[in-house]
Amino acid sequence: MVQTVVAPVVTALLYLLIFSHVLEAHVEVYPGVSYSSFLVPGLVMMSMLQNAFSNSSSSLIQSKMTGNIVFVLLPPLSYLEFFLAYLGAAVVRGLVVGLGVWGVTLWFAPWQLPHPGWLLAYALLSCSIMGALGIVAGIWAEKYDQLAAFQNFLILPLTFLSGVFYSIHSLPVFWQTISHANPVFYLIDGFRYAFVGQSDTDPRLGLLVASACFVAISGLTLMLLRSGYKLRH
Amino acid sequence: MHAIRVSDLRKRFLTTQALDGVSLEIQQGEFFGLLGPNGAGKTTLISILAGLTRADSGRAAIMGHDVVSDYRQSRRALGVVPQELVYDPFFNVRETLRIQSGYFGLRHNNAWIDEIMHHLALTPHADKNTQSLSGGMKRRLLVAQALVHKPPVIMLDEPTAGVDVDLRRSLWEFISRLNREGHTILLTTHYLEEAEALCGRIGMLKAGRIVALDATRNLLRLTNEHCAQLRLDTEAVPAAWQSRLMRDPDGSWRINFSEYSDLEALLADLRRANVQVTEMRLQEPDLEDVFTDIMKRT
Repeated sequence: MVQTVVAPVVTALLYLLIFSHVLEAHVEVYPGVSYSSFLVPGLVMMSMLQNAFSNSSSSLIQSKMTGNIVFVLLPPLSYLEFFLAYLGAAVVRGLVVGLGVWGVTLWFAPWQLPHPGWLLAYALLSCSIMGALGIVAGIWAEKYDQLAAFQNFLILPLTFLSGVFYSIHSLPVFWQTISHANPVFYLIDGFRYAFVGQSDTDPRLGLLVASACFVAISGLTLMLLRSGYKLRH
Repeated sequence: MHAIRVSDLRKRFLTTQALDGVSLEIQQGEFFGLLGPNGAGKTTLISILAGLTRADSGRAAIMGHDVVSDYRQSRRALGVVPQELVYDPFFNVRETLRIQSGYFGLRHNNAWIDEIMHHLALTPHADKNTQSLSGGMKRRLLVAQALVHKPPVIMLDEPTAGVDVDLRRSLWEFISRLNREGHTILLTTHYLEEAEALCGRIGMLKAGRIVALDATRNLLRLTNEHCAQLRLDTEAVPAAWQSRLMRDPDGSWRINFSEYSDLEALLADLRRANVQVTEMRLQEPDLEDVFTDIMKRT
């Protein structure tokens, strides 16, 4: 509980304290929206993404390293059930951490939620995408180092360079274009729309991109599980 | 219906042919031993039956259920005790068994969990985290995990490796009881005396092939090399026997023979030479002799 929920909440809180303290008075990303209000949805989403990924990937790599993966490979579970179980756990962890981060940030930013439906859709999709990606990473990695590389060189850049702390409209055109190629940008942008009612792109486009990503990554994950890649020799 | 049926199973790992056309049928209720040197293919065969490894060709079935096309039923019918001492460090013994039951769709399995914990002497440790268990306890927990869904077929892959004598004995008593109650047991072990005492039938694997497959008593008849160890009251033995009698470091004499008439002739000659036998021990051929002989010959 401390490691899986409290620690990411504390990390997000530190980000909020530092960035909002430094930038609150100087930056107004959207008209009428304080920087803290802008930042909170990004932090909640970033925490959800990272924790959903960590949950499935670390569960798998740890089981593989210790050998107790056999306990889930021996029972009569289909590859689809295997996928749904790990995905479900990742989504639950992501949502619990997201709720925790949101809960503690309520003291620092005014509470508003004009589009709860978008919040739910983006939260579930985002955790599912990262949960599925975590399964891929957990299956592929044979050592903790490889998983760390996946996390440090793919997940972290994708989440940090996705508009958590800024609007992509503040970037040069080149980087704006690059940002549009980053699927995590749409997740954060759409999620933010649910909170502040404003976003860099149409949230419907974001939902489409997110859905396509989920289908693609889930397809890849199911393919790996079905073939038994690095799980069943 | 056979408890286990394997036909022409082949599996290759890069440059190693782990299984090279293995065919095997094990009847329900048998206590079957699978023996072989390291790398013979025992664990690969067990892994294929358990669905952990996929065969390149051939078929395998548990209780008539194909391990690939009908894997749900075949895995329900099978309990596997893996060779490695693996455990989930986040749970205690009871939680581990409840979770394992859940994987098999068993929600209300507490009565059976209590029973297997009792028989495996795990009840006093039910609330202990698996990390704090001794090696022997962890091994028992693995056996318990394999039994949570009451499988008719149980495969034990070297279950007594590194286990002390008391635990080994209690483990075999429990497994023998399960066998008497109708469970089919497939055992791999390097302790050949265990296999000889427990298994009604034995298969021997070498380099991925079955090189011997028969009832244990029939295999024991394959070698008729007996050994007698004698202690005599003199240092001199009749000249006719000097070439066959071997001196052991403790001063006793040893003779290998295939016919008891040889021993009778020796004793008669000793009597005639006024040599008194002060001690004599006979050693019957055992599975180790048979195993060694078969592995050399094939």
